[in-house]
Amino acid sequence: MTTKADEPAPMAPGGQGGRRALDLAVRYGFLVLLVGLVLVFSVFAEGFAGPRSAVFIFQSVAITGILALGVTFTLVVGGFDLSIGSVATSSMMLAAYMMVVLEQGAGVTILACLVMGALIGVVNGILIVRFKVPDLLATLGMMFLLVGLQRIPTEGRSISVGMTLPSGETAGGAFSPSFLAMGRHRFDLVLDNLVPAPVIFLIVIGVLVWCFLELTRHGRLMYAVGSNARAAALTGTNVDGYKVLAYAISGVLASVGGLLLAARLGRGDIASGTNLLLDAVAAALIGFAVLGAAKPNAFGTAMGALFVGILLQGLTMMNAPYYTQDFIKGAVLVAALVFTFALSARRARGGG
Amino acid sequence: MDRSFCRMIGLTKAFGETRVLCGLSLDLPRGQVTALMGANGAGKSTLVKILSGVHARDAGRIEIAGRDFAPATPADAIRGGVVTVHQSIDDGVIPDLDVASNLMIDRLAEPGYGFLLRRADLLAEAGQIAARMGLEIDLRRPVAQVGVADRQLIAIARAMSHDPALLILDEPTSSLSALEAERLFALIDKLKARGVAVLYISHRMSDIRRIADRIVSMRDGEIAGVFEGAALDYEGAVTAMLGHGLTDADRTRAQPGRAVVEMTGLRLRPGARPFDLTLRESEVVAVTGLLGSGKTALAQALFGLHPPAGGTIRLDGAPHAPRSPAAAIRAGVFLSAKDRASNAVVPGFDIARNISVPFLSAVSTLSVVSRGQERAQAQELIAALDIVCGSDRDGILSLSGGNQQKVMLARWLSQDCRLLVLDEPFQGVDIRSRRDIGAKVRRTAAGRATLVCVAELDEAFEIADRIVVMHDHAVTAEFANRDVDVGAVLSAVTGHPTEGQAA
Repeated sequence: MTTKADEPAPMAPGGQGGRRALDLAVRYGFLVLLVGLVLVFSVFAEGFAGPRSAVFIFQSVAITGILALGVTFTLVVGGFDLSIGSVATSSMMLAAYMMVVLEQGAGVTILACLVMGALIGVVNGILIVRFKVPDLLATLGMMFLLVGLQRIPTEGRSISVGMTLPSGETAGGAFSPSFLAMGRHRFDLVLDNLVPAPVIFLIVIGVLVWCFLELTRHGRLMYAVGSNARAAALTGTNVDGYKVLAYAISGVLASVGGLLLAARLGRGDIASGTNLLLDAVAAALIGFAVLGAAKPNAFGTAMGALFVGILLQGLTMMNAPYYTQDFIKGAVLVAALVFTFALSARRARGGG
Repeated sequence: MDRSFCRMIGLTKAFGETRVLCGLSLDLPRGQVTALMGANGAGKSTLVKILSGVHARDAGRIEIAGRDFAPATPADAIRGGVVTVHQSIDDGVIPDLDVASNLMIDRLAEPGYGFLLRRADLLAEAGQIAARMGLEIDLRRPVAQVGVADRQLIAIARAMSHDPALLILDEPTSSLSALEAERLFALIDKLKARGVAVLYISHRMSDIRRIADRIVSMRDGEIAGVFEGAALDYEGAVTAMLGHGLTDADRTRAQPGRAVVEMTGLRLRPGARPFDLTLRESEVVAVTGLLGSGKTALAQALFGLHPPAGGTIRLDGAPHAPRSPAAAIRAGVFLSAKDRASNAVVPGFDIARNISVPFLSAVSTLSVVSRGQERAQAQELIAALDIVCGSDRDGILSLSGGNQQKVMLARWLSQDCRLLVLDEPFQGVDIRSRRDIGAKVRRTAAGRATLVCVAELDEAFEIADRIVVMHDHAVTAEFANRDVDVGAVLSAVTGHPTEGQAA
């Protein structure tokens, strides 16, 4: 047998020391960069270093972070979910419709949105495992479908309290205060009214996802499915089941993101949420580079979201114009991907 | 005239502090097949990679036809007349293109080919290549639709189209049946007659007996022995390669216990002959037969991957008709699948995680995996199976083929079972690991039935108490593995069973 693993392959320039340096760079490079970024902005951007600014960053990444954790699941099983952005906006529109037009309470509304998210995820999963539609195409199709569907009930208009319905009547419902609190309430921590509720959601969900993926049997088997589905199937793993589950979780987390968006905005805004998909995907992919994981992981995803948040907040405070933001996000993403794939690959070849 | 076409002098190559080739010198004469043997890590693949332009040598010289040869890239090597067929078939073919395009792909990649595809010319030229090779496939079929063996032949045919002066074949028969291998050998004979030098790397003694004019044994980056002449010293070559003679495989036979699996009137596919087969406790049964003879179908039927077309299987007296691998595993039937890389290894996992995949529940509490238990289990198995590695946290791909296969065996030995099916457990495994694996399977065989599917007869003789031959999806002969008439087994394998050879 002559696999490439037979002998050690060429080393990084500089021999042993070079290898160790490369190893450290791949493992901690991104975290060092993160800390460096914070230091730079603390020095150069007035008011950056402070709890208020930190909270602002957390708040700006809370919803994308939750969506990104969902995408992480689908990446873990070797798939991809392009529909999360539209699931989130559909969930936002559904929440607004339920409360404003159908005059339902917060509980029913939240339940309906979560069920919708799970259903869409299951449909995505079935399209992929049963009908063999490639994941990117299945979820792309679902994205188009949802972008259209969410506009039908209101004939393309945003939903706000007291709006005029297509029938000519005026909508009688309103957002319940407890629902709005999910997006707007601020908890006291050190300072009064410091931590917004969505941040708590992000942290709780992040910890849960991390525990599930890293510590449980099911998380492990999901990684096995993503790494070699055939081998996983031949060990008795329910590959299709885990794939559908991953898409369902992705759908549910996206609908949570949509609920928080609705609660924060207090309306079903047809124009908002356009950046959710790209930001979430970027966070999950940047996460590959964290701690040299070179694979989707919950901690990396959270750090990826934070990284983008810090970068944008810092640049905004240094008066960088808003229209440069997408460019910067894209550049960071490309750099992180190079970091992950080129350097990790070299490290793996170096005797990994 | 100097018959040495390729001459290597004092080749040295080190990766970091590991010296892989230590001043190796070797001549490859024209018109001869030089078989290269060596255990994993002996430096065979490094040598091949230097010759084929993948790695650069650190020191030493290579002369080809008297001129210095230092290929910077694989394309360079090919232009210099050195063509390599690598072991991994999928490196050699592009599944989405048709057979003709695959045969012609290197021609298409040449800068001088022009912009437009000339379909008729392409088909005609591909037809010539195929004819020279004795390849009988529809040239318009996508490669994705042809079998593994044909893919291998296509990859080799593609290499031939370069008119190589030195052809390097790296385990070319590992996925070929005996008949297909014979086609390849016939072709190698033809090339020999044309004066091509062939470097043939294989672990298969039967290949080497058939085709080699000389044998070169490598050990620890050096040539350990060159065997030439009319009567090749095969024993000597193996001894030189391992540094010691092979101890004979364990021949002590346990008394077979009670029947574990009883197959009655089993038909593996519609139209196949029904057959009976009983597997007993503590007994190792080898199933052998040509590619496509139904060995894998039998394994799949037992493991719930493919229900049989008819007949019954009983496991410990109860009907055994698993609908999925999970159900089979629950019933106590384990399968270590063939084609390790695509069917068994989880590349993203370390050794410990690879072992625990099927039985994660055993090392977890309330679905939470105990990493400690998992690693302790792995360390135990690493020691028991002599797996060569740094620690249980090494990535699986950092191991050699033989050690990867040992990990796969460890995976299925980590829990007790009623029937252990091993489908081609010696694929891409060097001789020493093969002995280790065989010995371990035999040592642990008590208390379960063991079924081993192997295409190589040598392997069957080595591991089994009883040898079962399959042909056309049915069992056609059985032999107790004691003073077996090899000729009788061979004729059963090729479909001319001498009936009544039952054990």
